[in-house]
Amino acid sequence: MVSRAERGPIADWFWTIDRFFLATFILLMGIGFMLSFAASPAVAQRINLEPFFFVKRHAAFLLPGLALMVGLSFQTPRQVRRTAIILLLVSLAMMLLALFFGQEVKGARRWITLAGISIQPSEFMKPAFVVVCAWLFSEHARQPEIPGNLFAIILFGIVGALLVAQPDLGQTILTSAVWGGMFFMAGMPWLWIILLGSLGAGGFVAAYYVFPHVAGRVDRFLTGEGDTFQVDTAREAIIRGNWYGQGPGEGVVKRIIPDAHTDFIFSVAAEEFGILFCMALVAIFAFIVLRGLRHAFREQNDFNRFAVAGLVLQFGIQSMINIGVNLQLLPAKGMTLPLISYGGSSMLAICVTAGFILALTRHRPEKRALERSLFRVAQGVPAE
Amino acid sequence: MSFLSRIMVVKSKAHFSAGGNRAPGAFEGTRKKKQSQTKSRLVIMMSAFVMAYGVIGGRLVQFGVTSPEEVSSIPPADRLMASRPDILDRNGEVLATDVRTVSLYAEPHKIVDVDEAVELLNSVLPDLDVKGTYKKLSSKSHFQWLRRQLTPKQQNQILALGIPGIGFRPEKRRFYPGGPTASHIIGHVNIDNRGIAGMEKYIDGQGLADLAAVGMTSNAPLEPVRLSIDLRVQNILREELVAAKDRYHALAAGGVVLNIHTGEVLAMASIPDYDPNNPVQALEKDNMNRMSAGTFEMGSTFKTFTTAMALDSGKVKLSDSFDARNSITIGGFTIHDFHAKHRILSVPEIFIYSSNVGTARMADLVGIEAHKHFLTRMGLLSRMQTELPEVATPTQPKVWKKINSITISFGHGVSTTPLQTAVAAAALMNGGKLIPPTFLPRTEEQADQVAEQVVKPSTVEDMKTLFRMNVTNGSGKSAEVPGFVVGGKTGTAEKVVNGRYSSDQRFNAFLSAFPIDKPEYIVLVVVDNPQPEKPGMGATAGSNAAPTVGKVISRTAALLGVKPKFGPDGNALLMSY
Repeated sequence: MVSRAERGPIADWFWTIDRFFLATFILLMGIGFMLSFAASPAVAQRINLEPFFFVKRHAAFLLPGLALMVGLSFQTPRQVRRTAIILLLVSLAMMLLALFFGQEVKGARRWITLAGISIQPSEFMKPAFVVVCAWLFSEHARQPEIPGNLFAIILFGIVGALLVAQPDLGQTILTSAVWGGMFFMAGMPWLWIILLGSLGAGGFVAAYYVFPHVAGRVDRFLTGEGDTFQVDTAREAIIRGNWYGQGPGEGVVKRIIPDAHTDFIFSVAAEEFGILFCMALVAIFAFIVLRGLRHAFREQNDFNRFAVAGLVLQFGIQSMINIGVNLQLLPAKGMTLPLISYGGSSMLAICVTAGFILALTRHRPEKRALERSLFRVAQGVPAE
Repeated sequence: MSFLSRIMVVKSKAHFSAGGNRAPGAFEGTRKKKQSQTKSRLVIMMSAFVMAYGVIGGRLVQFGVTSPEEVSSIPPADRLMASRPDILDRNGEVLATDVRTVSLYAEPHKIVDVDEAVELLNSVLPDLDVKGTYKKLSSKSHFQWLRRQLTPKQQNQILALGIPGIGFRPEKRRFYPGGPTASHIIGHVNIDNRGIAGMEKYIDGQGLADLAAVGMTSNAPLEPVRLSIDLRVQNILREELVAAKDRYHALAAGGVVLNIHTGEVLAMASIPDYDPNNPVQALEKDNMNRMSAGTFEMGSTFKTFTTAMALDSGKVKLSDSFDARNSITIGGFTIHDFHAKHRILSVPEIFIYSSNVGTARMADLVGIEAHKHFLTRMGLLSRMQTELPEVATPTQPKVWKKINSITISFGHGVSTTPLQTAVAAAALMNGGKLIPPTFLPRTEEQADQVAEQVVKPSTVEDMKTLFRMNVTNGSGKSAEVPGFVVGGKTGTAEKVVNGRYSSDQRFNAFLSAFPIDKPEYIVLVVVDNPQPEKPGMGATAGSNAAPTVGKVISRTAALLGVKPKFGPDGNALLMSY
């Protein structure tokens, strides 16, 4: 135990970190590792790898991820902002490079290989983008003559264009939703909301007509006809698991679900550990989102407020899209389940998100002081 | 102290708003407004998230309450478990019952390695169709049967292989403890335990199959179905028929024991038959049920009906005589007598000598229309109504001319089933009531409700006399059983081969009733194309069908509850030792 009297960085961290966040993040990572034993051997065998190939890789990414998360949580909000700016610039540059030099996987140029390691820069772009947008919105709120909102819109345009160019519609939707949520929070006028909302809807319609695979997926979701193998097997897995699950290692449908270790890990979890377990998992995600928003609610600093809200929004919406697809509430869309799914870039990037959240939700003396001062003001300064 | 802290607060506030060049008060105002707006929007967002997660939770609950069988590509277990009722004989002996087995299925879309799966399965089931199975497992279908009704040992071995994507469904398999004993009556089921022949099919027709089709099958034991069959009598009848077929080198043999007062069939067999536990033999051509599904020209046994008709019409009395001195020539055909007496014969003489000429003259006296009408009334020309699905429709000439009436009078020109011949004969023995045959238990009262009076009781008395005389003095001597008064009529019909009557292919029958003084049962035995038992011996009905009836009666009378009568006047002898 670290003494409260100590004033070193470790002690500071220990006494100021939001331990609920830290615990749930680590819990989710643990669950993800556990589920990788259930989900990935079948996938590995299917593509003729040794059964525990993905489990080992998962573990190999878990430790650096954990270190990254904890390391980032030591940062002050100012350092977070700087890290984010650098990360955003680097990842945008890499996304641009990926467009021209990246290897094409399943018809999309999302990956870039650096020193033998494949990286999906758009994953790292997300938390950085959120933090930078939060900064721009907060600057605008602080000084309305600074065109922070305009910059944020331009930045969103750049990011959106890069994502659509890949193309990666899932990330585009996620990024748009997070950005829209932050803008909404930052006090977007209702007229703009309607305008942007209809623009977003128009974007959906455009995507439907421009990208045949999007049209196919939406059609299949709406009509239930065509090749619905993925979602059908996912549904079968969940219902087969029922309330209490078939038991660890007892899953059968998991063997045939495509992407069981990434996009459909939730269904695998349901088959082996049951729907009650999945409900607990959903509750953990809901807890993280609501706790983050509660932090934002209490926060005095606009940058911290927008950043924390934006980051948990990203976390929450990503989890909802993933689970929604698994539960056939949304059209099929590749999206990892944060901290649970296998995937090097996405896992490290989510650790960055978690690290940022932890860093921004630490108890800070100035925050406490401000709270007290407001309290005093409200009380009225006693006459002397 | 407090003053100092307040200064610090102000300082920190100033630091916070550094860069703001507005008046501090105004700035505070906008900022507060902004903050409260942000807070209210945060609350909106929180509620949105709560709602979204609520939807996810609701969906999970919805999935949770969905029965796993609904999504499963495998049909629900209960549909396959369809029970059938046991079938019992009239004394409660089991004729058919359900045995639990398992069947092997695959969900091909879940098979990981088809080659391996087929190889492993082949190690347990060496007779597996490897190519076909490979095809099945490579398909994208969700369900395929691989092997129905495995033994428990096979199931264990396959389980031990641990092949993913295959499974077992419990099923019911029909088992017939008696094997072929009553095969043509009970019938059999298909692999899905649906009745496809005999009483099994009849049971399905009573609503069981309809229930199964809508999934309303149950695993619960059903009320057994009791038949009118007496397994002991059935077994004896079949045994005697098998022996007769063998002894007389016949193509086939058949027999029926019918209760004349209720119309219940106590035993019915047709040899060759098949084992319903392995119903593939049922499809072999000779294994048909000749008694109800085969039609034959019954030959001289039909003279029973001609005589009864003549007596019933009132135009002929037992004491009347007919000219049988010469053959009848009509329309280019000449009618001979087999045992020609070349004299004027009385009615009983015509019957016991089986005179074609005499019988033809009787039919001629009655008239063509009346003849046709009488046979129709006896149910010999229309399809018999009974529970068995395998019932053939008799054939008759399109237009009855005199020649038809004459030939039909001695059993040629009309093909009918042996069973309905026995049923019509029962009407001539039970007081004149035609009772549709049944394979289910029936009381006399129930029989009376469906019975139809077809001949006068006086005709019945005359017919009993004639039947008895034919056994004591006529061609049916070999059917006599000491103690049991047997009466009957033989029939040796020439079979039609290539459109002509053949003189060396016969269809023999012996239609009998016993005890003839107070008849209870009709026993009919037919032998299809018998050969002389030993060279030089005859092959007429009197030498094969009649003795077979005698054997059946002697062995079954006690089981049928008929008391023997000994002594010259038919009373039981008092014996003391």
